[in-house]
Formats: sequence, C-alpha cells, structure tokens
Amino acid sequence: MRYWSVVFALAAIFSVGAFVYAPLSGDWWLPNPSGDMHHSVSSFGREIDSLFVIILVITGVVFIGTQVVLVWEAYRFADRVDDAGRPVRQARYFHGSQRLEVIWTIIPAAILVFIALYQMGTWANIKFRSAAPKVQPTAEVTARQFQWIFRYPGPDRKLYTPDDLYTVNDFHFVKDRMTLINLRSSDVIHSFFLPHMRIKQDAVPGMIIPVWFDSDTAGHFELVCAELCGWGHYKMRGNVTVHASDEEFAKWQADLLAEQNRSQLSMATDNQGR
Amino acid sequence: MSTESIGSDPGGPAPQATDPGRGHAREHGHGHDHIHPAPSHFLTKYVFSQDHKIIGIQFLFSGLIFFVLGGLLAMAIRWQLAWPWKPLPILGSALWSSPSLGYQMPPEFYNKLFTMHATIMIFFVIIPLLTGAFGNFLIPLMIGARDMAFPKLNMFSYWFMWPAFVLITYSFFVEGGSSEAGWTGYPILSIAKWATPGSLNGQTFWLMALLFAGVSSLMGSINYITTIVMLRAPGMRMFRMPMTVWAMFITAILQAFALPVLTSALIMQLLDRTAGTNFFSPVGWQVANSPPVVGGGGPLLWQHLFWFYSHPAVYIMILPAMGMVSDVIATFSRKPLFGYKPMVIAIAGIAGLGFIVWGHHMFQSGMNPALGATFMLSTMMIALPSAIKVFNWLGTMWGGRIQYTSAMLNAMAFVAMFIIGGLSGIFMAATPVDILIHDTYFIVGHIHYVLFGGSTFGIFAAIYYWYPKMFGRMMSERLGLIHFFLTFVFFNGTFFLMHIIGMHGHPRRIADPLVYEYLNRAGVIGMNQFMTINAFLLGLSQLIFAYNFLASLFLGPKAPVNPWHANTLEWGTSSPPPHYNFARIPTVYHPPYEYSVPGVEQDFLPQTEPLPPGIVLDPVMA
Ligand code: HEM
Ligand SMILES: [Cu+2]
Ligand SMILES: [Cu+2]
Repeated sequence: MRYWSVVFALAAIFSVGAFVYAPLSGDWWLPNPSGDMHHSVSSFGREIDSLFVIILVITGVVFIGTQVVLVWEAYRFADRVDDAGRPVRQARYFHGSQRLEVIWTIIPAAILVFIALYQMGTWANIKFRSAAPKVQPTAEVTARQFQWIFRYPGPDRKLYTPDDLYTVNDFHFVKDRMTLINLRSSDVIHSFFLPHMRIKQDAVPGMIIPVWFDSDTAGHFELVCAELCGWGHYKMRGNVTVHASDEEFAKWQADLLAEQNRSQLSMATDNQGR
Repeated sequence: MSTESIGSDPGGPAPQATDPGRGHAREHGHGHDHIHPAPSHFLTKYVFSQDHKIIGIQFLFSGLIFFVLGGLLAMAIRWQLAWPWKPLPILGSALWSSPSLGYQMPPEFYNKLFTMHATIMIFFVIIPLLTGAFGNFLIPLMIGARDMAFPKLNMFSYWFMWPAFVLITYSFFVEGGSSEAGWTGYPILSIAKWATPGSLNGQTFWLMALLFAGVSSLMGSINYITTIVMLRAPGMRMFRMPMTVWAMFITAILQAFALPVLTSALIMQLLDRTAGTNFFSPVGWQVANSPPVVGGGGPLLWQHLFWFYSHPAVYIMILPAMGMVSDVIATFSRKPLFGYKPMVIAIAGIAGLGFIVWGHHMFQSGMNPALGATFMLSTMMIALPSAIKVFNWLGTMWGGRIQYTSAMLNAMAFVAMFIIGGLSGIFMAATPVDILIHDTYFIVGHIHYVLFGGSTFGIFAAIYYWYPKMFGRMMSERLGLIHFFLTFVFFNGTFFLMHIIGMHGHPRRIADPLVYEYLNRAGVIGMNQFMTINAFLLGLSQLIFAYNFLASLFLGPKAPVNPWHANTLEWGTSSPPPHYNFARIPTVYHPPYEYSVPGVEQDFLPQTEPLPPGIVLDPVMA
C-alpha cells in the first residue's frame, strides 16, 4: 500500500522534469527567435523573462518541498497491520501547533509581498502612461474582424493627415527604438500580442490605448490576436518586420507611398468592403 | 419550544443529553412538535421531493450527466488542436454533411465547443455537484438537523435548474447555434448579433440559462446559511462543525453576496441584446458593416461586473471541495485535523479577499494599470490562506496511519494537484509575467489544475466517501483504485504540458495553432498530440467510474452504518438515513476530528459519544 507514494512521486518528477528540460529546448521555452533561444529580443522581454525565472525558482522550491513532504508521508505513514491484523502503530494525537502555524503564515506572506513589490517597477514601465516614451507614435493600430490595420504618418511625419500610409496585417518598426503605437478596435475586443516582445494589450472599442516596446533584433516576427473575437479569431495574424535602421524603414515607407499613390485607391477604402 | 435560543450557543457549556422531545421541535423550524409522515407517492418521494437527501441525489445525477456531455465536448476540442481540420472520427461526416469541405469542423463550431464545454463544466457540473449535491445531502446530516430550514425552497432550487438545463441544451439547435463568446461572454462579441454565428440567438439562450442557474444557487445558499445558523443539534457549536459544513457555509455567504452582481450583469447584457440598451457598447463601433452604434457604455463594465462574481465563483468551485477533502484526510489518517481553527480562518480569509481580487482577470484589458498594481498585491495575499491550508493538510497526514482508500487517494491527489494550480497562480498574479501568459494555454493549464486536479478530485473523493451513506451500498474499492490511478496519470498527461506551451505563447481559444510560425514547431505540435491522446485515455478511464457508480447501486454490498469509522454525525444514522435523518436528534459532545485519542479504546470518538471517564481532549486549537 505504501507504494501509492510512488504514483505521487512520479507526477512530481514529471512536472519538475518538464520545467528542467524546457530551457534546453527552443520549442519548450519562452518565445524567442529560432536558433537563439536564450535571447529575448526586447528590453521588456528581458525584464519579464528574468521575473519569470525568479518566480519559477521560488515556486519550484516550494513545489519540490511540499511534494517531498507529501510523498514521504505517503510512504512513511502508510497504514500497516501486523500478522494479527492490528495496526502496527497508532496515529499520533495532536491538533496542531500555534508556532508552526505562525511560521508558515509569515514566511509565505513575506515571499509573496516581495514578489509583488519586486514586479511593480517593471509593470509601471510597461503599462503606466506616465512611462510612455515621449515620441511621435509610429502607427495607429486598429483591430477589426479579422485583421490588423496600421496607419503610419506619411512624409509630413504627422498622423491623421491626408498623406497617411496604410498597411494590413503588416507591421514595421525600427530596431533599438522605443516604439509607440495607439491601439484601437473598431468592432469587438481584440488583443495585440507580440509574443517575442512580451507585449499584450487588449484593443477595446471606444478606447485608444498607447502601447510601447522595442526590439534589439532586426528580422521577422509575428503578431497574434489573443482575445476571442469571433469565428476567424485563430487566423487574425500579422507579420512584424523589425528594420535594422531608420534608413531601411524610410526606404520601406517611400516604397509604400509610391505604391499607394500608384494605385489611387488607398488601402483604407479598399478595406471597407470586406 | 425550548427556551434556549436556537442553535446559538458557541462557547456555551455542552448541553446535557436531555429529553428527546426538545430536539425535534427546534430543528423543525416552525415550532410544532410532530414529524410529517414520509411522503409515500412516487412523485412526491423521488421527483418533487422536499427531502434534502433526495434533492442532493437529484443534483448529483444531473451534474454527472452534464459531466459526460462536457467531457465529450472537451475531447472534440482536443481532437481539433492535435490534428487541425481533420474531420472528427465518426461524428465528422454526420455533423457536417459537406464533403466539399472534407467534413472539416467549421472554426465557429470550435468556438462553440470550448464555450459550451467551460459553461457546462462550471455552471452545470462543478457548482451543482459541490454545493447542490453535497451541500444539500451533507449539511443537515452533519449538523444533526432533520432537514433544511426551507424544504420547499430547496425543492425549487433544484427545479429552477431545469429551465437552465433545457435552455443550455436547446441552444445547440437554435439558428446560428450555441453561444461562442467564451464562458466569459465578453461584449461586443456577445451583444452584436452579427459578430459571429453564435451571437445570433445562442447567446440569448446562454444568458437565460445562466440566469436560472443563478436563481437556483441563490435559493440554495439562503437555505444553507439559515439551516446552519438555526438548526444545529444541541452541542453543535460553530467550532464543532466539520470543515465540510464550514466550507459550505462560507461558500453560501460568498454566493449570496456575489450572485446578485452576476444576475444584474446578465440582465443588462440581455437588455443590450434585445431591448437596444447600451450598457456595454461604446460610441461608434461597427460590426460587419452594420451602421455604427450610438453607444454610451463600455465593454470594461461587463468585465468588472462579470469578474466581480466569477472570481468569487472560482472559490465557490473549490472551497466546498477543500472542506470535504479535509474531512476525508482526517478520517483516513486517523488523526485530528491539523489546525482546525486556522483552517476555518483561512477559508473565511479566502472568501473575504475573494471580493477584492477580481481585477487580476483584467490586467491586460485596458483598465487603468495603476489598478493592476493594487490588484497584484491583493491577489498575492489570497495565495496565503491557500498555502496555509496546504500546510495544514500535510500536517494532518504527518504521524498518521494513512489508509489508502479510493476516497483518500483522491483527496491526496487534490492536495498534490492543488499545489500546482496554486503555484501557477503566482505567475499570473505577477502583472508583468501575466503580460506574456494571459490568454495562453498557461491559463488553461492553471484552470484545470484547480478545477479538475482540485474540484473534480475533491468530488471523486466525496463520492467514494459518502456513497455508502447516500445509497446504502458500498462501491467497489478495487475499481475505485484503478479508476483513481488512471485518472491521476492521464490527468497529468493531459494538462501539465499546457503550462509549457502556454509560456511558449500558445494562445488559448484558437482553432488552428499551425497558422502561427512560432507554434508550428515540432515540440509544440508533439505536445498537443500527446495531450490529446492523454485526454482521450482520461475520458475512457471515467467509464470505470461510471460502471462502478451505477453497478454498485444494485450490486454493491450493503453498507454498514459507519463503514469508515468516522466521527461526524451522518455516520451515526442508518445508511441511507431514514426520512428526517435521525430517529432521535443527537447531542454533540466534542469536535469532529477526535481520532486516535489516547486512552479511548477505538481509534475514533463519534461526536455523539460522551467522553469516557478520565480522558481529556487535547485543548490546543481544538
Ligand atoms: C477530460 C477532461 C477535460 C479536457 C480534455 C478539457 C479540455 C479543455 C480545453 C482544451 C480547454 C481550452 C479551450 C481553449 O480555451 O482553447 C478547456 C477549457 C476550460 N475547461 Fe476544460 N477540459 C476537461 C475537463 C474540465 C473540467 C472537469 C472542468 C471544470 C471543472 C473544465 C473547465 C474548463 C474551463 C473553465 C475552461 C476555460 C475555457 C475558457 O475560458 O475559454 N474542464 N478545457
Ligand atoms: Cu481579433
Ligand atoms: Cu481574436
């Protein structure tokens, strides 16, 4: 009967094993560029990853500790009977211990408060509007079923003027720049999720929400819709291009402008008839 | 009536065993001194019964039937995720008679699957089983009452579930099909009729079903509170109540305070959908080229109202299980519960804090991020009482004489799995980390470690433990152990790796993960398939339970009065208990967990047996 403890032990080993293996495999760890799995591409990403690891270590220790106790108890205190069918030992009779109770209240409380306070700064940097970079927004992003519409400032470098540029499901920004966008939704709630930059923010109809992030790696990434938004939710995917330099970005914009002028129809009207 | 004020003698001297007449006047609630004869007609006895035991069993069967439905939906979800767009085996060609699409599952159907799976599991399985079935069956028996305070209200609380059952089942067949706005029903998706097929009519049915289920719960909770306050047997002080009763009591209070908020939110959404109000719609949104709406409200209002109920609701879904598991662990460790009073305080603490943490579901919602910071603190604090409870269960087993019954194993699994569910909660409570894992499979993993690893193992423990009392027959222990073993293994196989793909950024509620490059990786696909295979095996293992449960009703050996040698009052009356529960209202002499008291010959000491001379109970915290 005491071998039931093995069942509990195996579950714990499986759980710990999965998290021990995770950092060794690109597919199991936090989303990072392929081939470079221990390198988050954004400054927020690095902060969040290290907070993740800290919590993983703390919870891991607690998890292993409690499971060891549980498995040990399941093994050690299993009921055994002697040949005459009488219990080999009697259970101990006690109702608890005030001192233990106090200890295991205060220590976890301290750890939890520590975790909470330790995270505050990062949270404030990522979300508090007062921390938003004082730059012109790179784009206004409007989510709708089931696409992402980007509106960039045109040659006059101002948003909401007639020369604005539009793309659909195609997001561009520049490496090493804190990039600011204004996030909106024109129908249901969507969620702007950049897994590689560790950015997620719901796009709520009726609200304009500033979101900012950066990337220290040029290349191609993905934009996900993380809030259920209807039957096509799963395919509301965007391409993200991080340009290596301002020049490259400017060139992309110039090309886009040329194309947009050529086709007369702006993307915006094009998109009206879905 | 007795002059002693009803049931309120905390701290008072243990009453003497007095005249038998005194008991049944007080528990009867309306002061006359006779017992109604047991109903003899089949309809009044088993269908429109006012007997709390029958009502509990009615809830039990209904919940288990919906469990089967919810489980089948879950397997269909898993199928699609492991092998996207491969037609469902057998069902595929029957459900979608369109060979041109290769009998694929339409994406909106996938959305219906997880919406209805979650709705059914939460509102039609877990809550009705925990509070409806076990709350009803156990509360009067455990406090030594003859029935609930309001038996007729109790009957209505079950029959108000029927409109809910019918509406939610019927919603699959209405135009547009069932709701697909998720079990959280977030606007605008839920209120704009053309936003997605399920928003056409299914959402209206969903709202009405939840309204009825809510009314049912409210009736139940009022009854529980009144019964526990008013109808305790002589000597049953508050601090002599078993943890199960404490947990049900606090859950009922939680429900009574939180449910009205959900009810009003549901009505508001219903009005938005049908009467053209704009509680949840802002100015100028537009779905699928419909004219822009002149709004005035906002979707965040729904989220606040919804989570103000639904966060406490997740404790409604776990506290009763915690209470029952405490009883089971103490019984099968043959030891007093470690820290009984701290456990009660912890439950009350969870309930109190439960009301100020709802915002942690809204960290990424666009709510003021400064609120996020305060909700992070309160959420961290609610982890504390949960931790205390875990340590107390471990302390209870320490030095015990653990008996591996099916009930005990399920209870231990509850503890082991609840630890995982609790610890993953800390990641989500930490707001910056939550940015990554919110709305990913990490959350789905967490939910299931709490709801399946926690509540469901708790329900299994409770069924194995109280089945003999409910039905007067024993379940097969051997089948019970096999069922436990398979369930435990495949449960972990199904849900653990969800944490891993979640932290890899796998969003939840997406019909086809392969659309995304970063998810289109061997490891992620492999894990999805591994989970699905385990999910199917998990589902199959439940057949053993179903067989054991049903066959034992007829074939199980007759149950003795007290098969587990437990102390609480329900084990002092016949199995199953007679109409009105007790031939004579018991008198209670001590706390519920006096196992292995030195000097007492047996290793248990029923609450109704006076202390043998010369024995002193351990005063610490008892
Ligand atoms: C065989 C057992 C089960 C399997 C395989 C299963 C599978 C799933 C899956 C795959 C999802 C994710 C849907 C998504 O968000 O993409 C889900 C969601 C959910 N399940 Fe289960 N489930 C099972 C049992 C249960 C039980 C017993 C409960 C309740 C006690 C439950 C409650 C929920 C809830 C609340 C959600 C959240 C859905 C949402 O918010 O979208 N499940 N389940
Ligand atoms: Cu979307
Ligand atoms: Cu979406």
